[in-house]
Amino acid sequence: MTAAIVDNRSGGLAAANGLALRSLRNIRRLPSAFIPALLMPIVQVISFSGTYAGVTDIPGFPTDRSINWYLPLAVTMGASFAGLGTGFAMIRDLQSGFYDRLRMAPTSRRALLLGPFLAAWTRAMIAVVLVSLVGLALGARPVGNPATPLLMFVAALGMATVGTGWGLGLAYRFRDMRAAAIMQLTLFLGLFLTDAQTPIEIIDGWLQPVATWNPLTRILHLARQGFVEGFDPRDTVIGLVVMVVLGIGSVAFAFTGLARLDD
Amino acid sequence: MTAALRMRPKGARPALEQTAAMSRRAVTALVRQPSLIVPSLVFPLFFAALGTSSFGRAISIPGFPEVDSFLDFALAGSIVQGILFGSIVSATALATDIETGFFDRLLAAPTSRVSILLGRLAGAMAYGAVQTVVFVLVLLPFGLTIKGGVIALLAMMAGGLLTALAVAAVMSTMALRTGSSEAVQGSFPLLFVILFFSSAFFPRQTMDGAYRWIATLNPISYLVEGFRSLTIDSVSALAVAQTVLIPLALAIGGVRLALRSLRRRVTAA
Repeated sequence: MTAAIVDNRSGGLAAANGLALRSLRNIRRLPSAFIPALLMPIVQVISFSGTYAGVTDIPGFPTDRSINWYLPLAVTMGASFAGLGTGFAMIRDLQSGFYDRLRMAPTSRRALLLGPFLAAWTRAMIAVVLVSLVGLALGARPVGNPATPLLMFVAALGMATVGTGWGLGLAYRFRDMRAAAIMQLTLFLGLFLTDAQTPIEIIDGWLQPVATWNPLTRILHLARQGFVEGFDPRDTVIGLVVMVVLGIGSVAFAFTGLARLDD
Repeated sequence: MTAALRMRPKGARPALEQTAAMSRRAVTALVRQPSLIVPSLVFPLFFAALGTSSFGRAISIPGFPEVDSFLDFALAGSIVQGILFGSIVSATALATDIETGFFDRLLAAPTSRVSILLGRLAGAMAYGAVQTVVFVLVLLPFGLTIKGGVIALLAMMAGGLLTALAVAAVMSTMALRTGSSEAVQGSFPLLFVILFFSSAFFPRQTMDGAYRWIATLNPISYLVEGFRSLTIDSVSALAVAQTVLIPLALAIGGVRLALRSLRRRVTAA
C-alpha cells in the first residue's frame, strides 16, 4: 500500500513535470501564443517610462526615474499574463478534447493542476528576466539594500500564481474563448485600478480609495521597494500576506473549477 | 465570372446605390453586435477616467499645456484611441467576409467591386464620427470643457470621420492581402505602439530624449494635438487644419493602398 502511494506520488510529480514540459515546448511550437505575452510588458515598460517621463516632476513623486516606477508594474503585469497564458492553453486543450483524455488517465487531480502552475512560473520568469534586462538597459537603477530588488521577482511569482489560478479556474468553468476575454479584462482592470501610474498620495478623486483597497496595490508596493523607496518591513509583510492569500484563493478557484469538470 | 462582369450595370448611380447598401450592412452589423464596438468605446473612457485621477496634478508640471483639468487634455487621446481600435472592427469584418466566402459571392454578383470596399469604409467613417460625439457627451458631465465650442466639435467630428477612414483603409489593405481576420486582429499591438509613441497621453514637451524624438516624428502626435488644441484653446485655422488635413492625407494614401489590394484580389479571384 505504502509502495503504491509512493509510486502514485512520484507518478503524480512525473505527470506534472510532463505537463509543464509540454506547455514549455509549445513556446517553440506555437510562438504566436507566447510572444505577445512576452512583448506586451516590454513595450509597456518602454512606452510608459518614455511617455510619462514628466510625472517625476509632480511634487511628492517618490523617484526621479520614471522607469523605476514603471518597471515593477510591467514585470508584475508580464508575470500575471504569463500565468493567464496557461489558461488560454487550457481552453485549447478543453476544446480539442485532449484534456478529457488527461482526466481519464490514472493521474491525480493535483498533478493536473501542478503541471500548468510549473509551466506558468517558468514562463513568467522568462518574461520577468527579459523585461528586467530591458528596464535596466533603459536606466532603471535599484535603490537601497542590494537584495531588495529580489522582492520584485517574488511579487512576480505571486502574480504568476494568481494569474494562473484565475485563468485555469475560468477556463474550467467556461470551457471556451469567453473565458479568455474575461480573464484578460479582469486582470487588466485589477492591475490598473491600483497606483499603477502614480503613487496613491498623488492620485486625486475616485481612484484613490479604489487603489487603497485594491489588494493588488500591496503586491505592487512589494515589487517596487527595490526601485523606489527601499526596503520597508511593513510593506513587505503586508505584500507577502496579500500575495499568499490571493495565491491560495486562486489555486482554490482553479481546483474547484477542475472538480466541476468531473461533475 | 465573365458573365457576371458583363451583367454589371454601368454608371455611377448603381455603384452609389450599392455602396450605400453595403454601408447600411456595415452599420447594421455594428448595431446588432454591440459586443464588437463596446471595447472601443469603454476602454478609451476608462483610460480617460483613470488618467484624470492619476495625472490630475501633472497639469502643473513644466511643459504641460495650460488646461483647466487633465480631462480636457485627455479627450483628444481618447477620441483617437477609440477610433484606432474601432476601425479594426470594420477591417476584421471585411476579412471575415473573405474567410466565409461572402466576398466571393459578392464578386460573382453584378456588383461594383469598389462598393464592397467603400461600403465598409463608409461604415467605419460613420462609427468614427459617432464615437467622437459619444466621448464628448459622456465626458461633459464630468467637467469636460471644449473651449472651441460647437465649431470645434464639428471639426473634431470631421477629423474623427477622416481618421476612421484612414485607419480602416490601411487595416482593410491588410484584410484584402491576407484574407485573415486573425492577422487583422493581430495588428492591434502595432496600433497600441503607434499610439503610445505619440503625444496622445502626455505632452511631447515633458518627454525625454529618444521618446520625444519618436513622438515628434509620429504623425499621430500632430493629429492628436489638433484635436487637443480645439478642446483646450479657442478655434484656430491651424488646429482645424491639423485635425482635418492630417487624417485626410492619411486617408488618401490608405484608400489608394486598399483599392490596389482590392484590384489584386479581384484579379486573382
